[in-house]
Amino acid sequence: MGKTKRIFTLLLRLMAFAATLSATIVMVSSHETASFFAVSFEVKYSDTPAFKYFVIANAIVSIYGFLVLFLPSESLLWRLVVALDMVFTLLLGSSISATLAIAQVGKKGNSSAGWLPVCGQVPKYCHQVTGALVAGFIGLIMYLLLLLYSIHTILNPLLLQKT
Amino acid sequence: MASENANKPDSKAPMVPSASTKPKNWVLLLLRVVAFCATAAGTIVMALNKETNTFVVATIGSTPIQATLTAKFQHTPAFVFFVIANGVVSFHNLLMISVSIFAGKFNIDYKGLRHGMVAILDMLNVALLSAAVNAAVFMAELGKHGNSHARWNKICDKFETFCSHGGGAIVASYIGLGLMLIISVMSILKLLSPKSTYQVANP
Repeated sequence: MGKTKRIFTLLLRLMAFAATLSATIVMVSSHETASFFAVSFEVKYSDTPAFKYFVIANAIVSIYGFLVLFLPSESLLWRLVVALDMVFTLLLGSSISATLAIAQVGKKGNSSAGWLPVCGQVPKYCHQVTGALVAGFIGLIMYLLLLLYSIHTILNPLLLQKT
Repeated sequence: MASENANKPDSKAPMVPSASTKPKNWVLLLLRVVAFCATAAGTIVMALNKETNTFVVATIGSTPIQATLTAKFQHTPAFVFFVIANGVVSFHNLLMISVSIFAGKFNIDYKGLRHGMVAILDMLNVALLSAAVNAAVFMAELGKHGNSHARWNKICDKFETFCSHGGGAIVASYIGLGLMLIISVMSILKLLSPKSTYQVANP
């Protein structure tokens, strides 16, 4: 029972680490140059603070995930890992929410503010940002599952022992 | 052994006198009331955020053409999400306040699940609130500074009241978020306190 538990959490953590790492890399490597009415402009991820926040948050969570993979099984630090899991899940959720808000303006524009959609001129950039968002979302779901599982095993509350 | 403890709560465990638990209950209740006020303020201020201005758009000959533009919070999906999420969180706080106040009168402790449900709901609401307030703050930053790379002009120099009201709502919501985080931690700690009727098994 202990061994399957450990293998299951290890697998989840590995997938979560892979998802956040790929989200970071895909977002960092997204840039495109386009020419628009004889004016050439280049879009990178660092143009928007929201995308920079996404990269920083996912990078922090990837480093944390990598370090936790090497934690021995019976160490006393697992309660700290549960608390940090919750904090990093919140961080991931907020970064995805912010990026989604800005990406939605880039794709559909905002007619009331006079903002034109940008995705028509730089489609490759838009696809890469969408890919990074999907990877970040998968990472968030993995971390949510990990959090629920950690709370279930480490705290072992009333779910198993009703009084 | 667990059921024995439930039937006779004052038999074995060192009985903590109720006077020392009352301050903790009052602290949690007070925090919930302040968090409810903060999120409700955020909802109301952002929901009533509207500004109309008249601009001179072009000049043909010598007659200026004027256009009346309105800035509403419904134009931006991030602000709509902000209003809805703050409404949900303030409703949740109101519900938890009434449950804490009326817990003694009605017996709504269904097999001791009340503390667990409160802790889980608190965590869910913290996640929702953090996502909503972050989306709103990045959209507000875009409106305030614009984005020269995407040729998006800033709108805050023309709609000053709209921007300052939105900023105030976001600040109130951040205060609510910080308080909700403390409340969530305290709810989880309540699950682990030794005076509760269920055991916490160590791994």
